[in-house]
Amino acid sequence: MNEYQYRENDAEEAALPMDRRRFLQTTGTGIFLFFKIRDVSFFTQEGPGRALQQNVPSDFNAYLRIGEDGRVACYTGKIEMGQGIVTSLAQMLADELDVHIDDVDMVMGDTDLCPWDRGTFGSLSTRAFGPSLRTAGAEARRVLIEMASEQLKVPVKDLVTEGGAVFDRTNAKTHIAYAALAKGKKIERHLTDPVVVKKPSEFKIMSKPLTRRDAREKVTGKAKYAGDIDLPGMLYAKILRPPAHGAKLVDVDTSEAGRVEGARVIRDGDLVAVLHKYPDVAQSALSKIKAKFDNPPATPLSTVDDRSIYEHLLKVAPAGKVVASGGDLTAGEKESASVLEQTYFNAYVAHAPMEPHTAVVKIEGKRATVWASTQAPFGAREEVAKALGFRTEDVRVITPFVGGGFGGKTAHGQVVEAARLARLSGSPVQVAWTRNEEFFYDTFRPAAVIKIRSGITGKGRISFWDYNVYFAGERGAPHFYEIPNHRTTAYNSSWVGGEGTHPFATGAWRAPGNNSNSFARESHIDIMAAKAGIDPVEFRLQHLSDAKMKRVLQTAAEKFGWKPAKSPSGRGLGVALGIDAGTYVASIAEVEVNKGTGDVSVKRVLAVQDMGLVVNPAGATIQMEGCITMGLGYALREGLRFKGEEITDVNFGTYEIPRFSWLPKIETHILDDENAPPQGGGEPAIVTMGAVIANAIYDAVGARLFELPMIPGRVKEAMNKG
Amino acid sequence: MEETVRFTLNGKPATVKVDSDRLLLWVLRTDLGLTGTKYGCGESFCGACTVIVNGEAVRSCQTSVKDVRNKEVVTIEGLEGKGGLHPVQKAFVEHDALQCGYCTPGMIMNAYAFLRKHPKPSAAEIVEGMDDNLCRCGAHNRIIQAIQAAAKEMHGGH
Repeated sequence: MNEYQYRENDAEEAALPMDRRRFLQTTGTGIFLFFKIRDVSFFTQEGPGRALQQNVPSDFNAYLRIGEDGRVACYTGKIEMGQGIVTSLAQMLADELDVHIDDVDMVMGDTDLCPWDRGTFGSLSTRAFGPSLRTAGAEARRVLIEMASEQLKVPVKDLVTEGGAVFDRTNAKTHIAYAALAKGKKIERHLTDPVVVKKPSEFKIMSKPLTRRDAREKVTGKAKYAGDIDLPGMLYAKILRPPAHGAKLVDVDTSEAGRVEGARVIRDGDLVAVLHKYPDVAQSALSKIKAKFDNPPATPLSTVDDRSIYEHLLKVAPAGKVVASGGDLTAGEKESASVLEQTYFNAYVAHAPMEPHTAVVKIEGKRATVWASTQAPFGAREEVAKALGFRTEDVRVITPFVGGGFGGKTAHGQVVEAARLARLSGSPVQVAWTRNEEFFYDTFRPAAVIKIRSGITGKGRISFWDYNVYFAGERGAPHFYEIPNHRTTAYNSSWVGGEGTHPFATGAWRAPGNNSNSFARESHIDIMAAKAGIDPVEFRLQHLSDAKMKRVLQTAAEKFGWKPAKSPSGRGLGVALGIDAGTYVASIAEVEVNKGTGDVSVKRVLAVQDMGLVVNPAGATIQMEGCITMGLGYALREGLRFKGEEITDVNFGTYEIPRFSWLPKIETHILDDENAPPQGGGEPAIVTMGAVIANAIYDAVGARLFELPMIPGRVKEAMNKG
Repeated sequence: MEETVRFTLNGKPATVKVDSDRLLLWVLRTDLGLTGTKYGCGESFCGACTVIVNGEAVRSCQTSVKDVRNKEVVTIEGLEGKGGLHPVQKAFVEHDALQCGYCTPGMIMNAYAFLRKHPKPSAAEIVEGMDDNLCRCGAHNRIIQAIQAAAKEMHGGH
């Protein structure tokens, strides 16, 4: 059941299976620089690990090319899904190489052109890939200077680079463009030795805001997503789906569907589909299929629903694993003046990217070409190869723009469906899930339970902390406060549960685990602050020794204009802290609670983040805003409803995601730490959203919410409990 | 029933011979190859498929081809004029009012129709006018700013 979990030895596999000679043959002349991701340890800590590859040489996993036209191309298996790396990675490269950013091409997510890459997730592109890319850029620049030195007969020490050319600093008339250096050459270099990259003071492009490079294509409708791929003879497939996970097809009558003009019905075991040159006609033909499904076999999961799921989860939880500890809990409890024990819950949450999972597959002989909306093109390639019985290298996956992922597109069942149907039909096939299918086959953020038992002394010090997380996963579980006696135990360490745990698939959802863990931890810290009668910002500061976290919190309080008060103050202000993907975040929110309905309106959210070196401040800010906005959803409304293996929320009519009228005033601040390595930016600011709103609700009306989402009924119920 | 339907598409005459009950979204995307208009939910909840019909923003996933007979249809592909990007498109670029870009064509088309009726909108009016268009990446506040900027460029004012 842990097939998606990461294995220890995966770092060894993070390399390339492709034949470099073939590669160079297809890419033509130029200067090539091959490099690998410097710190593969990042990849042993996190990642869905769906794209496992065995016995491939650990050689390189990205390269760049300087062409005869002077353009610089970076080939990487990373993909662009809105997070903006098509811009930030190009910035890094342009800066290190001293070329104009418009002369940089990012070739991304094409398994024939790009070396192997595990996938785009975990806020890793900038923090893990970025430093290697910069080093490669710097090395390429060094190579170019050496070549120029030979050609210009000028010593290396006198040469400088600017605007895609090498100049003699003593005589600016003597210069040669990168294009001229690359002309007619085929030079292959490998990055092995450490290379000195630019100092922040030397940056010309990095650390400066830059508008998205893909914006023009996206505002004109020219940007191509997988569903926009149209091939000659391509058929759109619509697939018969069961009413519930695990339901078995027992009888099917496709005769009426088959009579629809131009429709082809395909059946292969449980796979029943209608293919047509128009997707809407395929869909209406599919609705003419009469099918009978047997209920899934009765198991404890058949009777769970979104209310009883927590009890079920606690019942099936595996043994716990202590992931952090110190001191002595019993001794801590003895020192406690008050012991506080609470249980926190959060619901299943959908990824719900605006673009549903889509793929196009074309098969020619023993080769397949795939266009897929995926966060892991190399994983998709493996799956297609396996499904078709092809050699991995005979499958090419091309990743067009991806319309949002959030972790959900590290799974890509649609790709295998399209591959199977392309083979069965003999035509290129597009499978584009409907929104209903998207809600059915998503790998949801798991429902989770967190039990915390803690104590405070008469002086308002936290005396012990016993933290138990069920099914959210370990990420974000260990606390960062000064607590002498503490233990953090994870019952199931990842976002995938064992057999019989969840009624449907679960997976990594933006900052997996950390949203649930931060909600519980920061709510509970607030409860203790209130019990001690201390302002929640002050209480946190009293229990922090980490200078970085203190600075982040102090800055947030200062920028917000926080005035200390014991909660509930009636003002509706809340604070929460978190660490994710190496980045520290402090959030403060202001809410208004409608005492009649329990409806919560978020008026203002401020977040301060320390993420080390910031490559594209504009992009990083946008990611923070995106996190805050998306976080409103799981905090206030998003909780998947289901009965057994049947999912009853199947579209946005009942499953509400954030909309314009929900939006608070958002303020973001990034603490500049340009000498520290870059950290993750795509996820951290979302992790605090549950607790910061819960704490603000408590401050507003004195009602404590223990369950996400905080829908009006729950808020009202908590207020009635008073 | 298959029949010939004529309408104006992005300023030019268009003729399709289709079952006229088919939905405009799919006819645009497949028969006519205009893939800028996106499918997001199929039930008019999200607005990714928004196009303009006779000046009104409509959900092309709920509009049949026969409903646009002899009408003027504008899609995202038809917004860019001879002078380059439409002010709304330009403002989306300049304000970074997009991330994954999938909802963007629908957002822009809805904003375009909205601004025709509300040349000088307040922020609250923009929120109301855009509230039924969904974005998952969280570009909302920037979209509001972009629409304000576009209004200013098109009509002066605020």
